[in-house]
Amino acid sequence: MKKSFMKKFAAVSMAVMMTVAMAGCGGGDQGESGGASEFVIGGIGPTTGAAATYGEAVKNGAELAVKEINEAGGINGVQVRFEWQDDEHDAEKSVNAYNTLKDKGMQMLMGTVTSGPCTAVVAKTAEDNMFQLTPSGSAVESIKGDHAFRVCFSDPNQGIASADYLAEKFAGKKVAAIYNSSDVYSSGIFEKFSAQAQEKGVEVVTAQAFTKDSAQDFTVQLQKVKESGADVVFLPIYYQEAALILTQADKMGLDVTWFGCDGLDGVIQQLGADASLAEGVMLLTPFVADAEDEKTQAFTAAYKAAYNDLVPTQFAADAYDAMYIIKAAAEKAGITPEMSVSDICEAMKTAMTQIEVAGVTGTMTWSADGEPTKTPNAMVIKDGTYTAVA
Amino acid sequence: MNFLSYLISGISLGSVYALIALGYTMVYGIAKMLNFAHGDVIMIGGFVVFTAISSSLTSPALAIICGIVVCTLLGVVIEKIAYKPLRNATPLAVLITAIGVSYLLQNIALLVFGSASKNFPDIFKNMPDWHVTEGLTVSGVTIITIVVTVIIMIGLTLFIQFTKPGTAMQAVSEDRGAAQLMGVSVNSTISLTFAIGSALAAVASVLLCSAYPLLNPYTGAMPGIKAFVAAVFGGIGSIPGAMIGGILLGVIENLSKAYISSQLSDAIVFAVLIIILSLKPTGILGKKISEKV
Repeated sequence: MKKSFMKKFAAVSMAVMMTVAMAGCGGGDQGESGGASEFVIGGIGPTTGAAATYGEAVKNGAELAVKEINEAGGINGVQVRFEWQDDEHDAEKSVNAYNTLKDKGMQMLMGTVTSGPCTAVVAKTAEDNMFQLTPSGSAVESIKGDHAFRVCFSDPNQGIASADYLAEKFAGKKVAAIYNSSDVYSSGIFEKFSAQAQEKGVEVVTAQAFTKDSAQDFTVQLQKVKESGADVVFLPIYYQEAALILTQADKMGLDVTWFGCDGLDGVIQQLGADASLAEGVMLLTPFVADAEDEKTQAFTAAYKAAYNDLVPTQFAADAYDAMYIIKAAAEKAGITPEMSVSDICEAMKTAMTQIEVAGVTGTMTWSADGEPTKTPNAMVIKDGTYTAVA
Repeated sequence: MNFLSYLISGISLGSVYALIALGYTMVYGIAKMLNFAHGDVIMIGGFVVFTAISSSLTSPALAIICGIVVCTLLGVVIEKIAYKPLRNATPLAVLITAIGVSYLLQNIALLVFGSASKNFPDIFKNMPDWHVTEGLTVSGVTIITIVVTVIIMIGLTLFIQFTKPGTAMQAVSEDRGAAQLMGVSVNSTISLTFAIGSALAAVASVLLCSAYPLLNPYTGAMPGIKAFVAAVFGGIGSIPGAMIGGILLGVIENLSKAYISSQLSDAIVFAVLIIILSLKPTGILGKKISEKV
């Protein structure tokens, strides 16, 4: 009895000692690469698991931007090293990934990709006072603290913008909504949308929800929409479910105008052979790959060349912009790799509020709370491509 | 009128659950194990059929046969590698292994096919819809699903009742040790069970993906779990029970979406399950097993 206790005690203390020793090693590494002549920017996001599409797009977009920046001479004349860690869209794994990146000498974080994990990691970066810029974490809490900024719109902003747009362009029409109540993105947009719609006098005749566990059959929700006599259906959801909704609505003979947010980007590819069903679908989004401006076309061409003809999504565009935003802020702040993580953060967060960046997702400025200011564009799907609404 | 259309959409959802539940209940009834990887075998079947069709080398019929062959082999291989070594282990160990296999298949699919959802082509496009009355339509896929499910249900029942391998299955199900002593090969009987169960998964994959044309590595997971619930609902191990359980589950789900709350439908479905199981612990058609003392 006693002997086995001693054994356990020895094992536990051994484990503790080893952890301490290894943590020491980690600290040593950080000091070393901190002194090296390169900026280390970390990235975290899901490259496996259910949300892997988003993580892969962000990783691709960021790597493309880093390659371009390095070829053009780096940031402040210093080369950039980009380190990526997978978090499988899991908050706990995301925090582990953050710690791993710190051991690898990360000085700034470009991430995380998805809202839930981002909210967990932002508490950690606040503790360490590490500069964080998320390309796509859109929940309000995802950039809590004055050290964190984002590239994309926040969920509430999208909801408000959508209600404003409908009030203006579809005045007097009946509006229905179908949203995913088990998803922060979707329900976040919907809540703000419905509050703003009430204020603006938009008549919402029915709001139907679904959850991620029953996201295959939408016939009941569509039947309800049909009964309500709605002219416009607001879809603050992702394109996978939207594709199913469009297919099932077509079978039921439901004839309405579909209106959504940036999550609908990708619905044309998703529908594949049935892409004609997406004709006339409207969406508010900061980025579309087929837009005609020079910047977007150059980005789309470079992305396609680098990644096997893959068409960049909004996530790839956000990440690509994120890297150039870090570059712009770093140049404004005049940071050097020798500075400590905390000093870099202090300099960067002041610079962020002073810069204006014209990226592929629009021309952006930032307030001190980290929210970007940019205008969402209304797009309509016409002849199989996204076209700006005249 | 509206009630009827909700009912019909419930039946069409339920018929998919029923078809998947047949595979679950058959494997449980004979091998006495919950094959949680069943939903993921369906997903693999979907990808095989999808790849075969989009390569445009094969006709849809040939693609379906392709899917059935691959799934059958996959089922037998999984059983040989993952479940057979655990034949005498505790049921809990086998259950955990099955969950492991489920994740393994999902991640393999993720590596091979990527995470982006594929749009499954509608194989039954030319199948005419049945217009009952104005505004009331039963889609072709639903009719096919119900017909196929009923055929499989009857076929399985006849197979188990009246053929020699079927009788062997019953014997293995009742008492594995005694069956072995009577000269029944337990291993090959269980292999055959998995082969049939996985072939059914391939059929289910075609109908599931035709009805809901979104195919990704997680496509099979949730319908798999719902179908498992359907099988328990109807009485796990009972083949007609799986059919009844599946249809009931779909109807309850859709009616509660329509009349109570579109958010709470899953909660209501599971509440009904709890009520039924507390009144009738073996499910609707489940056999009551008396413990001999």
